[in-house]
Amino acid sequence: MSGSRLPRLVGLLSLLLAACALPFVLSNFRLFQFSQVYIYAIAILGLNMLTGYNGQFSLGHGAFYAIGAYVSAIMMDRWNIAYGWTLPVAGVLCLVVGFLFGLPALRLEGLYLALATFSLALAVPQILKYFEHWTGGSQGIVLSKPNAPFGLKLNPDQWLYFVTFAVLVLLFWLGANLLKGRIGRAIVAIRDNHIAAEAMGINTALYKSLVFGVSAAYTGVAGALSASVIAYVAPDSFNVFLSVTLLIGSVIGGLASISGAVFGALFIQFVPNWAQDISKAAPWAIFGVFLIGFMYLMPFGIAGGIRLLWIRATRSRVPQEGRSAVPTQAHTTT
Amino acid sequence: MDIFIQQVVSGLATGGIYASLALALVMIYQATDVVNFAQGELAMFATYICWTLIHAGLQYWAAFVSTLAIAFVGGVVIERVVIRPVENAPILSIVMVTLGLLVICNSIAGWMWTYVQKPFPSPFPENPFKFGNIVFGAHDLGEIQVTLLVLLCIYLFFRFTPLGLAMRAAAHNPVSSRLVGIRVGWMLALGWGLAAVFGAVAGMMVAPVLTLEPNLMGGVQIYAFAAATLGGFTSPGGAVLGGFIVGVVENLVGTYVGFIGTELKFTVALAMIIVVLLVKPTGLFGTTVVKRV
Amino acid sequence: MSALLDVQALEAFYGRTKALHGVSFSMARGGITTILGANGAGKTTTLRAISRMVRTTGTLRFEGEALERKATEDVVQLGIAHAPEGRGTFVHLTVEENLRLGAWGRRERGSLKDDFERVFGYFPVLRERRRQAAGTLSGGEQQMLAVARALMLRPRLLLLDEPSLGLAPLVVREIFRILRTINQTGVSILLVEQNAALALDLADHVFLLETGRVVMEGPSDVLRRDDAIRRAYLGY
Repeated sequence: MSGSRLPRLVGLLSLLLAACALPFVLSNFRLFQFSQVYIYAIAILGLNMLTGYNGQFSLGHGAFYAIGAYVSAIMMDRWNIAYGWTLPVAGVLCLVVGFLFGLPALRLEGLYLALATFSLALAVPQILKYFEHWTGGSQGIVLSKPNAPFGLKLNPDQWLYFVTFAVLVLLFWLGANLLKGRIGRAIVAIRDNHIAAEAMGINTALYKSLVFGVSAAYTGVAGALSASVIAYVAPDSFNVFLSVTLLIGSVIGGLASISGAVFGALFIQFVPNWAQDISKAAPWAIFGVFLIGFMYLMPFGIAGGIRLLWIRATRSRVPQEGRSAVPTQAHTTT
Repeated sequence: MDIFIQQVVSGLATGGIYASLALALVMIYQATDVVNFAQGELAMFATYICWTLIHAGLQYWAAFVSTLAIAFVGGVVIERVVIRPVENAPILSIVMVTLGLLVICNSIAGWMWTYVQKPFPSPFPENPFKFGNIVFGAHDLGEIQVTLLVLLCIYLFFRFTPLGLAMRAAAHNPVSSRLVGIRVGWMLALGWGLAAVFGAVAGMMVAPVLTLEPNLMGGVQIYAFAAATLGGFTSPGGAVLGGFIVGVVENLVGTYVGFIGTELKFTVALAMIIVVLLVKPTGLFGTTVVKRV
Repeated sequence: MSALLDVQALEAFYGRTKALHGVSFSMARGGITTILGANGAGKTTTLRAISRMVRTTGTLRFEGEALERKATEDVVQLGIAHAPEGRGTFVHLTVEENLRLGAWGRRERGSLKDDFERVFGYFPVLRERRRQAAGTLSGGEQQMLAVARALMLRPRLLLLDEPSLGLAPLVVREIFRILRTINQTGVSILLVEQNAALALDLADHVFLLETGRVVMEGPSDVLRRDDAIRRAYLGY
C-alpha cells in the first residue's frame, strides 16, 4: 500500500506547490478565473456528496450557493462584518437549511427529488427579488474586494486566490476524511441499497438529511466566497442555469469522486470560454458538443475515465465488454 | 359565468399544448427512465422548420404534416445516433446528453434564424366564435381539436396495432421483449420519433400565440413538467389529463387571482409541482414502481 | 442427421466473472433434454447463452447455423423460444396481448387464430382469462402463459427455465404432462430444472452441471437408476 501512496502524496504536494506559485505568474484576470474554479470545485464537491455518494439527485444546489452569497453580501454590506467571518456563518446557515430541506426530501426518490429541487432552483431569483429590502432587489448588492491583511504585498485578486485555495484545501481534506471513513461507507451503502443499509442498522433518515445539510453547507461556503471574489450579487446570477451548471460540473468531473469536483469545476469555468473562441455565432452549440463528447468518452466522468485507464494499464486483459440483455448495475466509486 | 367558461376553454387550449409536450416527456421517461430535457427545444426547432417551409411557399397544412414527418425522422435519428452510444451509461450521464442537445438546438436555432421574434401563422380563422354572450377564439378551439385528434390517433395506434403493442412491451419490459424477438433499440427510436411529433404539434400550436423565437418553448416545458408531475410520470394518460388541468388552472388563477403578474409567471406551475410532490409524488395516475431488492 | 443444438467449449461471463467453464453438449432433434444441478451451477446461464443474453466464447450451433454473432432477436427468429426464469410476463398487458407478442418473432406472417386455438387447447384457463391483465394471474397460470407465449412462435426449440419454481405439485404435474404432449408435436425441449425427479421423468437425456462444468451426462433412465449418482447429485 505504501508503494502507491508515496507517488500519490508527492503528486499531490507538487500540485499544491504549483497552485501556490500561480499568483506570481498569472495575470489578475486569470487568477480571478482560477479562484472561480476553486469556488466551483467546493460547490461541486458538496453536490457530489449528495448526488454521487448518496444518490439523492439535486437540480437545485444553486439555491444554497445563492443563500451563501447573499448571507455573506448582507453581512459585509449592512453590518460591516469581515468576509472571513461570513464563511462559517454561511456554512452553518446552509447546513441547517439543507438539513431541514433534507427531511421532507426523504419521501422523494430520483426523478421526484430532481423535480422538487428543480422547482426550488427556478424560484430562487423570484424569491430574491421579492425580499428587496434585504437583497437590494434586481439591482443586487455591490461589494468591494478585500485587501490583503498584515500589509502583505498582494493585490486583492492574488489575496483572494490564496483565500479560496486555502478554503478549498481545508474543505477537501475534511471532505476526504468524511467520505473515506465509516460515514462515507454508510452514505454509499444507502445509495446502493437503502433497504439493506437500514437492515444493517444505519439510520438512513438521519444520514440522508445530514448529507443534505453538509452538502448545502459546502455549496453555501462556495457562494459566500463568490460574493467576495466577484464583489457583486444579483438575483439573476442565481437562476436555474447555475444549478444545472453545477450538476454538469459534477457529472463531467465524476459524480462519486473528490478529485472529480476539481475536474468538473475546470470544465464549467473554461469550456464555455473555449467554445466562444471556436465559434462566436453559436458558442453554446460548441459547449453542447463538448458536453456530449465528454459523456461518450467518459460516461463516468473524468475521474471515472482516469480510473478506468489506470485499471486497464495495471491489470491483464479481459474479454471485451459486450452488451447483455440482463441488466447489470453500473455504479461509480472513487 | 361567461368569463369563467371562456377562461376554461382558453385554458383547455393551452392545456392541450402542455399535454402534448408532457406526453412526449412521459413516453421517453417510461421507456428509459430518462427525462429528455431537450424535448422543448426539439419542438422549437421543428416549428422553425415549419416556418421555413411556409415561407418557401408551402400551404399551411402541407407544411404542418411535412414538419411532423421531418420531426418523426429527426427523433428517430437522434435516438439512434446521439442517445444510443450512451444508452448503457448512468442515467445522469444520459441526462447530460439531453442537456447538450438542448443547448445545441437553442444555439443553432438562434444562429440559423436569429433571435428576432417572428410571427407564425395560425391555420384557424381570425374571427372569434360567439355562443350567446360567450366568445371563443378560433385558434383556441382549433388547437383543442388538433390536440385531441393527435391524441386520439396515438391512442388507437398503441392500443390496436401490433407495432404499438410492441412499443408498449419494449417500454415496459425490454428483457422479455427481446425474448419474443422485438428489436427494443428500434422501438426506443420510434418512441423518440413519436415524442418529437408531439413536441412539434405543441410548438406549432403555441407559436402563433407566443411568436416564434428560440426561447419559445422554455416556459412551456416547465408547464409540461408540472403537467407530467400532476398526472404521473408513469402514466401517459395522466400526463395528458395533467396538461389540460394545468392549462385551466393557470388561466383561472391568472384571471381571478390579482397579484400573479408576468413576473410570477411560473409560480402556478412551481406551486403545483411542489404540492403534488408533497402530497402524492407519483401524481394522480402514476404508480410507484416496485423494484425487487 | 445433424444435432439440433450443438454447444462446444462454451464459456459465459457476467461482467468479468466467468459462470460457465467450457460446457459442451448436443441435443438431438425432437428430444427433451434436461439440465440439472444445484443453485448457481450455471443452468440458467446456459439457456441465456443460447439466447445470447450473456457474453460467451466457444461455439453454439442451432441446426448448423452459428449463433455466436447473433442478437437475441435473431435467435428468436431462427425458431428458439425462451420462457425465462421468473416467467418474464408482461404484467401490465393482457393475456391475449402477451400471447400476441409471443408470435412477433415468427418468420411466417398470417393469422394467429390457429395458434390461439392451439394454446388455448393446451391451457383452457388462459382462454377464460384472455382479457385480464397478466399480472393478476396466479403463479401456475403465469407459467402456463409463459409456455403458451413461447409456443406462439411455433418454435423448433423451446427453452424452459425452472417451470416448476414456486408452483404447487399438482399444477406442476399438469404442466409437465402438457410439455410431453407438446414435444410429441415435434417441438424439441431444453429444460432447466431443480426438481430432478420430475425432470428425469420427462426428459430422455440429462446433463448435470456443477459450478459451470458438465460433470455427468447420459440417458435419463440410466441416471435415474444409478443410486450413487442420485444420492450424490440429485439429493434423493
